Amino acid sequence: MRFLTISGPPSSGKTSVILRVIEALQAREKKIGVVKFDCLLTDDDKLYAKKGVLVKKGLSGALCPDHYFVSNIESCVTWGHENNCEYLISESAGLCNRCSPHIKEITAVCVIDNLSGIGTPRKIGPMLKSADIVVITKGDIVSQAEREVFASRVKQVNPGAIIMNVNGITGQGAFELTSLFEDASDIETLKGKVLRFSMPAALCSYCLGETRIGEEHQTGNIRKMDLQEGSAE
Amino acid sequence: MNISEFFLTSMADILVDHPYIEDFLTSFGLIVKPSDDTLQHYLDNLDQDNLEDLGVSDEQLRQSLDDFLTGMLALSDPMDKVESLTIIGGHDKSGKAENLELNLKPGEVICIVGPTGSGKSRLLADIEWVAQGDTPTSRKILINGQVPDSKWRFSTEYKLVAQLSQNMNFVMDLSAEEFIRMHAESRLVTDPEKKVAQILQQANELAGEQFAPDTPVTSLSGGQSRALMIADMAILSKSPIALIDEIENAGIDRKKALDLLVQEEKIILMATHDPILALMGDRRLVIKNGGIDKIIESSEEERKNLVTLEKLDNKLLALRNRIRTGDTLEHIEGV
Repeated sequence: MRFLTISGPPSSGKTSVILRVIEALQAREKKIGVVKFDCLLTDDDKLYAKKGVLVKKGLSGALCPDHYFVSNIESCVTWGHENNCEYLISESAGLCNRCSPHIKEITAVCVIDNLSGIGTPRKIGPMLKSADIVVITKGDIVSQAEREVFASRVKQVNPGAIIMNVNGITGQGAFELTSLFEDASDIETLKGKVLRFSMPAALCSYCLGETRIGEEHQTGNIRKMDLQEGSAE
Repeated sequence: MNISEFFLTSMADILVDHPYIEDFLTSFGLIVKPSDDTLQHYLDNLDQDNLEDLGVSDEQLRQSLDDFLTGMLALSDPMDKVESLTIIGGHDKSGKAENLELNLKPGEVICIVGPTGSGKSRLLADIEWVAQGDTPTSRKILINGQVPDSKWRFSTEYKLVAQLSQNMNFVMDLSAEEFIRMHAESRLVTDPEKKVAQILQQANELAGEQFAPDTPVTSLSGGQSRALMIADMAILSKSPIALIDEIENAGIDRKKALDLLVQEEKIILMATHDPILALMGDRRLVIKNGGIDKIIESSEEERKNLVTLEKLDNKLLALRNRIRTGDTLEHIEGV
């Protein structure tokens, strides 16, 4: 089973891109499974089901979404394998930009859009910087020069990645992206695998449900801003 | 210059001579200050806890820098010259063979015609992907008569095709001059200021209405945006193929625009149904049912009609201008 982690900021077009890839994979008569991770709610699983692919959704609710992802992904892979999927795609949004679902030796894709602003690539952490393939969407809305400037900003923070423009609406580029998916990592289980990068640590009173603001309520892993420094952002 | 030389350069010199390395490091959130220490020393002494906060590992940072410098060196290499582009026919949607081998040369203008959904985009995508029988049409694309290197497919430095889409929206909050400068810098051109001035001047020659360098790109008219993007494509882009999705007949001198791209020795592929643009082309590829159905060479007889068509076109343009200046159109006989 070929397994890929697809991530990207909210509304960057992950689901649209995956749907176009599913169409191209189905044309090649492949059996596909998708696991959709989200926080509060999502109806995207219905879009996938409509395409006739196997789908599972996981909502992290009150937990950190990426920690939730990593605690569940191994059983998802087993699920896909047991259901004879030839391709399993996990979709998750890296919500704090510092988290990343990418796993060593597992093909990692980051979806990011031209409209997010040229400062965005540098604001995204390992989710973008350690991806093998970066898909840039919404290229039809901006000019060629802007597409080039944006791609060069992506390249600056992840020079080793394959950078592709894919249009989630027309499907332009989806066929080509699917060809790359054919070379994705072929696995049966995630046993023994490790994340490409650690997730941000969070173990403080607020993790445990504290809502009151104020120093006396803060325990655990707490860090304070330096407000004396002149050039703080 | 080879990559290892960068690492032996002092940070002070890096900041002056290779500002893109500073840009690379700051894009990871690192702080760079001028000093006599070498880049190697700088990397060896980074605070590992700080790197963890920034979401990058030491190993990955070094690998990325290596890849980045390799890309930068490639960018300053001259682009391989594309003397010809060959399209070897595949088949249409019903499996009917195209039976053709089409040779395109720099300076040629090829129009692509056919109704929506006929397969124009697939043809353009086959070229951009440098298809090797691995797309739904099974077409093959050769460069200089040979199966091309895979760099044409994946590398952003060697993009085969620059595409000018119909959509000319800008989303960046920059002036025309700042925007072009940013584009020039991303391409590491030598003497960016000169190129920026050249592009703005050229764009103003193409545009019906002049614009100042400090005009925000978001306030440019449709014609001005097209003029700016065509000048930018001609002067900045190293891609040997220009893909144009229709040049709308408003606010831009289309003949001059095409001439400019032809002068730059690009292979021009243009999806258009405009009779004037179609006749300016050397050939027309007629797309039907996903395949190239027919190739029409623009004939002498057709070209002769260009004069009549241009007259008609100028008449309409004159009427447009009258509307623009607040005139009325009760009397249009003398136009």
